[in-house]
Amino acid sequence: MADKYSADTIITETQKRISNAFDVFDHESNKTVDVREIGTIIRSLGCFPSEADLHDIIAELEEEEPTGFVRYEKFLPTMTKILLERKFRPITEDLLLQAFEVLDQQKKGHLEPEELTKYLTQEGEPFTQEEMDEMLSAAVDPDKNVILYKDFFH
Amino acid sequence: MRINCSNRTSLKGRSMKAAILIQRWYRRYVAHLEMRRRYTWNIFQSIEYAGEQDQLQLSSFFSFMLDNVTQMNGNGPDLISHLLDSVVDPLTEEVRQLKYEQIVVSESYSGPRLSFPLSVTDTNALLSAFKEEQTLHGKYVLQLLYETKKFLKQMPNVIYLSTSYAKEITICGDLHGSLDDLLLIFYKNGLPSAENPYIFNGDFVDRGKKSTEIIIILFAFLLLYPDHMHLNRGNHEDHIMNLRYGFTKEVMQKYKTHGREILQLLQDVFSLLPLATVIDNKVLIVHGGISDKTDLDFLSTVERHKVVPFLDSFVSLEPPEPPREELEWQQVVDILWSDPKNQNGCSLNSFRGGGCYFGPDVTQALLQKHDLCLLIRSHECKQEGYELCHNGQVITIFSASNYYEEGSNRGAYIKLGPELVPRFFQYQVSRSTRKLTLHQRVRVAEGSALRALKEKLYAQRSELMAAFQQYDIDNTGRISTSEWAQVVESVLRLDLPWRTLRPRLARLSADGNVEYGSCFEDISPGEPIPPVTPNLAETLYRYRTDLEIIFNIIDKDHSGQISIEEFRQTWKLFTSHLGVAVNDQTIDDMARSIDFNKDGSIDFNEFLEAFRVVHKLDVKEQQQG
Repeated sequence: MADKYSADTIITETQKRISNAFDVFDHESNKTVDVREIGTIIRSLGCFPSEADLHDIIAELEEEEPTGFVRYEKFLPTMTKILLERKFRPITEDLLLQAFEVLDQQKKGHLEPEELTKYLTQEGEPFTQEEMDEMLSAAVDPDKNVILYKDFFH
Repeated sequence: MRINCSNRTSLKGRSMKAAILIQRWYRRYVAHLEMRRRYTWNIFQSIEYAGEQDQLQLSSFFSFMLDNVTQMNGNGPDLISHLLDSVVDPLTEEVRQLKYEQIVVSESYSGPRLSFPLSVTDTNALLSAFKEEQTLHGKYVLQLLYETKKFLKQMPNVIYLSTSYAKEITICGDLHGSLDDLLLIFYKNGLPSAENPYIFNGDFVDRGKKSTEIIIILFAFLLLYPDHMHLNRGNHEDHIMNLRYGFTKEVMQKYKTHGREILQLLQDVFSLLPLATVIDNKVLIVHGGISDKTDLDFLSTVERHKVVPFLDSFVSLEPPEPPREELEWQQVVDILWSDPKNQNGCSLNSFRGGGCYFGPDVTQALLQKHDLCLLIRSHECKQEGYELCHNGQVITIFSASNYYEEGSNRGAYIKLGPELVPRFFQYQVSRSTRKLTLHQRVRVAEGSALRALKEKLYAQRSELMAAFQQYDIDNTGRISTSEWAQVVESVLRLDLPWRTLRPRLARLSADGNVEYGSCFEDISPGEPIPPVTPNLAETLYRYRTDLEIIFNIIDKDHSGQISIEEFRQTWKLFTSHLGVAVNDQTIDDMARSIDFNKDGSIDFNEFLEAFRVVHKLDVKEQQQG
């Protein structure tokens, strides 16, 4: 068995993880992916970039003349750096809970769908209607018609 | 980063930060789900195509048997004669028709009673009956098939249609036995009629449980509106495919008395289905695709009912094969089996075991040759029900929603008017009334895909363990993720993201290595298996489907029984072809042990059942639930 602690091994393992994730979206099997899937790939590798962060990354990854595709040769070094430098660290449950509590200004212990919708579609990096609908369908308690955010966390 | 920092930070600033955080978190959550959805899709597709490769294996086994036929004469099973035996019909057409008319339908039968020539009353009765889960009496099925056969005989191979007689033509893709999808299409788009013509582009049967109902409806409309209802043949309109993928079984289960005759008639009807449709001399519609050899003029001259893809190609040709017949077979197989690819060129479709991969240049050349502007085909499942490729010159249309699993994909159909600009309509059948969340849909589909994948692992267990152990010299039971992924990929030969899948398939130990034995943990045999060694059991499990097909061929009268001798000979041949060493004594013991009533014959369905597996976690759920 290889020495699991050598730097080389870590880099190789990281690159293999990246390669795997990339392949899932490489529909034509020619080592390119649609630029619109880059965000999904990066996030599925465990990173939590903001939309603005992604925008910057994609600008870096695109060709001189944008083709709509990103090549693996460009993606690999950029992504390796992101993972090894541990950029865009995960958002912890504590932090997420705090965020919900901030939005719950009246300290009700829950949020109304309209409240959450207002914040998430108007502030920050706004959700599309589709994103909002999908989140509500998963988050809203069907009986009480509110978002019991405390229940999301163990 | 803390949100509730200094008091000077405005409320608005804090709520904006909170919103961004939640948005960032949620988008990551959705991406994670999307990844799972994607690889679930990859799993289903890989396994499906691997199954089609098995089909090629089986065909090569049959040709292996043909090569060895001299050794088997007198001693071997009657398998060869069964295979060579084209449906020789001793009855003339008139006698056959009379025979069907004379079948008596009991008073207690409450289903539709068809009268020929069919009328709208009959098709309405059929639709109502099938919505209520009724079965059409065998007599009417036989009559319907007989009339359909008569009708199809006078059709050409390539049908030329025009949009000038109606506003728009509706084109549907694969249905694969999903009656719900067909009914949904009729509901959304209206029933076939002179004002509402339809083309169904093949693969009506197999996999789904209502293939019989589908073909009954389609053939009924075909007879009712011969100028406005058109059916193209698909690669599943073929009796060997039906043996493997479920249609034969469905017919035999629903029609105990007349099943065999229905199947024989179906064989003829399928072989008589037209191969292609052309609209306004501009749009070509075929089930699979094309190759660089495709020529519509040549295709029109082929005697299509004599050309049977796969098996009979090996059987019916006497060496040296007449070059024309070989070419005819090639043309038909290409039409029914090919898939488009993104790179230029035309290569053999090794995934499917038949037809080609054709590139944009091949499409362009064919369209130019025949002065066409568009190719519409089906044959491949697409998440959105349809997909364009080759710069919009090729459209794939697929009409069976939830094909792999609940929530896996939408179905779609095309409407084409005189301006020849396609409009797409999508839909998805849903079993539950409450809409599932994305998470729930992904979870269900993923569960199904992973179960199928685990069964694949189980089927190759000894090979996998042997390969794992090569990396595990100290016998710790653990190897690195890299090594695990490498082994699985090379043994299973499925092109999947194994590293990404690993958490769903195998456990990690405390030191971060993979406990390779854990991949096989939650599968076990369904029933106590006959006294065989684990290796033999595994081989039997792996080739269950092939054996089922072979046994079904031997068992001409579909009784579910074959003789012990036939079983022994077949198994011997099969294993020698596979290169698997099994000694005679073991086979004898096994054969004797499964002949439960000692009458010299075995119920092979029971036998095959013994080699089914169960997923332990499912069993636990059932016990608790």
